[in-house]
Amino acid sequence: MGRYILQRMAYMLITLWVIITFTFFLMHLMPGSPLQNVEKIPEELQEAILKEYGLDKPLPVQYVQFLGNLAQGSLGYSYKYDGRSVTDLLMQGFPASAQLGIQSIIFGSLVGVLLGSIAALRRGTWVDNTANVISVLGYSVPSFVIATLLSYYVGVKWGILPTGLWGSFQHTILPTLSLSFLVIATIARYIRTEMLEVLGQDYMKTAKAKGLSRTASIGRHALRNALIPAVTVMGPLVIGLITGSLVVEQIFAVPGMGWMFVESIQVKDYTVIMGVTIFYSALLIISIFLIDILYGVIDPRIRISGAKE
Amino acid sequence: METTKNLTPDLFEPAETDVKEQEQIARKKLTFWGDVWRRFRSNKGALIGGILLLIIAVMAFIGPDMNPYTYRAQDYSVINKEAFGDHWFGTDALGRDLWTRTWYGAGISLLIALLAAAFDLFIGVPYGCISGYYGGRVDNWMQRIIEVLYGIPNLVVIILLLLWLDPGIFAIALAMGITGWITMARVVRGEMLKLKSQEYVLAARTLGASTSRMLVKHMLPNVMGPVIITIMFSIPTAIFFEAFLAFIGLGIRPPEASLGVLIEEGYKQLQLYPYQLFYPAAVLSLIMFAFNLVGDGLRDALDPKLRQ
Amino acid sequence: MEKQNLLEVRDLHVSFKTYNGEVQAVRGVSFDVKKGETVAIVGESGCGKSVTSQTIMRLIPQPPGWIKSGEILFDGQDLTKLSEKQMEAVRGKEIAMIFQDPMTSLNPTMTVGKQIMEGLIKHQNLGKDQARERALEMLRLVGIPSPERRINQYPHQFSGGMRQRAMIAIALACAPKLLIADEPTTALDVTIQAQILDLMNDLKEKLETSTILITHDLGVVAETADRVVVMYAGKVIETGTVDEIFYRPRHPYTWGLMGSMPRLDLSREKELTPILGTPPDLLSPPKGCPFAGRCKYAMKICKQQMPETTSLQESGSHQVACWLEHPMAPAVEPPVEMVGGGSK
Repeated sequence: MGRYILQRMAYMLITLWVIITFTFFLMHLMPGSPLQNVEKIPEELQEAILKEYGLDKPLPVQYVQFLGNLAQGSLGYSYKYDGRSVTDLLMQGFPASAQLGIQSIIFGSLVGVLLGSIAALRRGTWVDNTANVISVLGYSVPSFVIATLLSYYVGVKWGILPTGLWGSFQHTILPTLSLSFLVIATIARYIRTEMLEVLGQDYMKTAKAKGLSRTASIGRHALRNALIPAVTVMGPLVIGLITGSLVVEQIFAVPGMGWMFVESIQVKDYTVIMGVTIFYSALLIISIFLIDILYGVIDPRIRISGAKE
Repeated sequence: METTKNLTPDLFEPAETDVKEQEQIARKKLTFWGDVWRRFRSNKGALIGGILLLIIAVMAFIGPDMNPYTYRAQDYSVINKEAFGDHWFGTDALGRDLWTRTWYGAGISLLIALLAAAFDLFIGVPYGCISGYYGGRVDNWMQRIIEVLYGIPNLVVIILLLLWLDPGIFAIALAMGITGWITMARVVRGEMLKLKSQEYVLAARTLGASTSRMLVKHMLPNVMGPVIITIMFSIPTAIFFEAFLAFIGLGIRPPEASLGVLIEEGYKQLQLYPYQLFYPAAVLSLIMFAFNLVGDGLRDALDPKLRQ
Repeated sequence: MEKQNLLEVRDLHVSFKTYNGEVQAVRGVSFDVKKGETVAIVGESGCGKSVTSQTIMRLIPQPPGWIKSGEILFDGQDLTKLSEKQMEAVRGKEIAMIFQDPMTSLNPTMTVGKQIMEGLIKHQNLGKDQARERALEMLRLVGIPSPERRINQYPHQFSGGMRQRAMIAIALACAPKLLIADEPTTALDVTIQAQILDLMNDLKEKLETSTILITHDLGVVAETADRVVVMYAGKVIETGTVDEIFYRPRHPYTWGLMGSMPRLDLSREKELTPILGTPPDLLSPPKGCPFAGRCKYAMKICKQQMPETTSLQESGSHQVACWLEHPMAPAVEPPVEMVGGGSK
């Protein structure tokens, strides 16, 4: 197990390095200078600015400097927000995004597990069909469509909940709901498939032959075996949530990282784009790693065989 | 029993036994693809999805020519008007016909998705085949590369590439293909590994089948199923990504239209003219819904575990 | 001294609905199991032996399966008439079951101990600690070394034979009156098979459990069973004591089964004779004797009517369903190799 973790961590670092390098060179090979949108800046001043940001040096030197700074936790300074460091901006946006992400994972998983299990247990009935339609709809209708619909009807037309800004729990409801649809759909479908698989297993027959009631055999034997592999969908879900947050935060004017990222893309604030890209990548890689470890911990089969390796 | 009473001795004469007659298989045998088709057909959702897809594809072709307007012609006398006359979906902020733009955009979105899927196929399938078939050191190295690349979130790569390239149909498809093939390669490799250990492949090899023959005759047909399923799910993902990119300002440039561009434009008008968002969003959702239904249906139909 | 019947299966019909139509898996099966007795049900795969045994415990999935008619009298109570709730009290407590594949029959994410304790807690109202004590006792009984350590382990940490021992421990934990073992040794190595059979024989005597043993392995039958039920295409075609079936079989199918089994007591030059052909499709079973198409001695009547079950005069326990027993039928001698053992 220890060897496995070390190996995985090595891969994580390599992947991260590839991303950083790729991002860095892509951003610096962009046509035009970051200052091209800024009108009428005297030549000398432009040069001075470039010098201040270290952009006058050859690319390899800049690259080494960038890596050095990164190692110390510095991602450079925003071109757009004068004097704000990228780390600063990230820290400012992170809490709101994290809150939305966690809320929608918790809410979505609960509903998804419920929906998926019921669908599997009532296979072929109208309950199953309804649950299936809901889950297919859930990831067919993109989060930005759901978000605009929610914002238009619940927010504007019926005026039940606030459609924008940030501050209280009520502000988080609509964006959380918009993001949860994907979670519900993914989890429900996964749990349904796993559950059907598990229900057909011999050990379910053993449980029944022991005289356990249907409820007991499902609760004690089926659910646990269906839930364990469902942990693996958490990785893709985190990716989906980040993607969703870019637009959902935009629609509901949530001052989170997604909003900031889109903003920086639109004004071509390269240092911020780079910073967020690296942050997102690191976040994803680490969460997928943690999910794998978690999977090993809760599945006794992997826990043991991993140790032997 | 009554019948036992009227038994006659001639009934106890030996009967002809024909063992061959017994060997005959009484049940009609279904071929693999025949069985797949039968199960796909019996899946109502998949059938509905298939029909929907067909309708949308046809509409993307003929829809733009169904009324006299083109997707880019502006008419300032009919700005932001809800459906009237032969403007069946109304007009947008520049007086362009929304019906024409929606179906034209649907065609562009589908084109981008198909291109992206083609990238998946042409890079992912050979990569997976080679890696899985040869195994050993080749596989080891190819897997290392995949493992590193797989960790890179494709969202990030796509956004970065599109900041760099000028977003056009090809650029968007390329950006998605560059990241999308990895999933395909993994699927194909996994299938290859599974197949390689199966007896019929071993049997073919013992009988002296050549490598290329093995790949083409025995392995590819069996990899087909999972590949088709992967494609069926990667197309809606690509359509979603196109729209998503347009929404954050990285879509193709106006006056070109794609569903993403239309949704982005519609979103700006949401408060006053919600219909401008509604039509393209509905078509987009329908396309994704249909693809997912068909993909689900195919996956169930191809799953040997669900065979009855 | 005639022992009492523990289980009486009377004219049981079980069908499954499939895409192609109704498969009549069990078509009028009757047999008895006496107290303390081991009855083996033998036959080729697909003959309905597993379905019969699972129907006794009402384990067949409904739908697609259903009991069309018949009675299953257990201790005088008709199991086919019980509600699902009442059945739960029978399963595991009165009747227990061991399945073919110990690799898949145990829950991979639950410790073996917990899986044994489950039934005890449910049926015997034991507390956790008592159940654990009893589970340890059971593990010791089925010959699992260092049970204190093993009780907290997961199934994948057990070998195949050990898992089947654990399955037996689960089945026997509540001291059931009837144990149904569905091919309990088929998935195991030959050396392990013998150990498991010995264990089962042993425990049967210790606990006085009646057993139904489902198998296609006649060697297993000879070693463990008191009586044999031979099934073919969803019907019982011959029943009798082990001696009767092994040494004086009357049905041509039974002759065929015996002929296809290697035997030490017959000359070595004797080749094994396979039964040619395949069993009939139970989607549309023949109206006559299902074996007629493969039978060397088939007569015209065989293809037209199913023979009645005849009790043989020499012994009340030996019954056979074959037209050759009819007075009008020509006298047919079983193939020489069948009577090689002579009457014992």
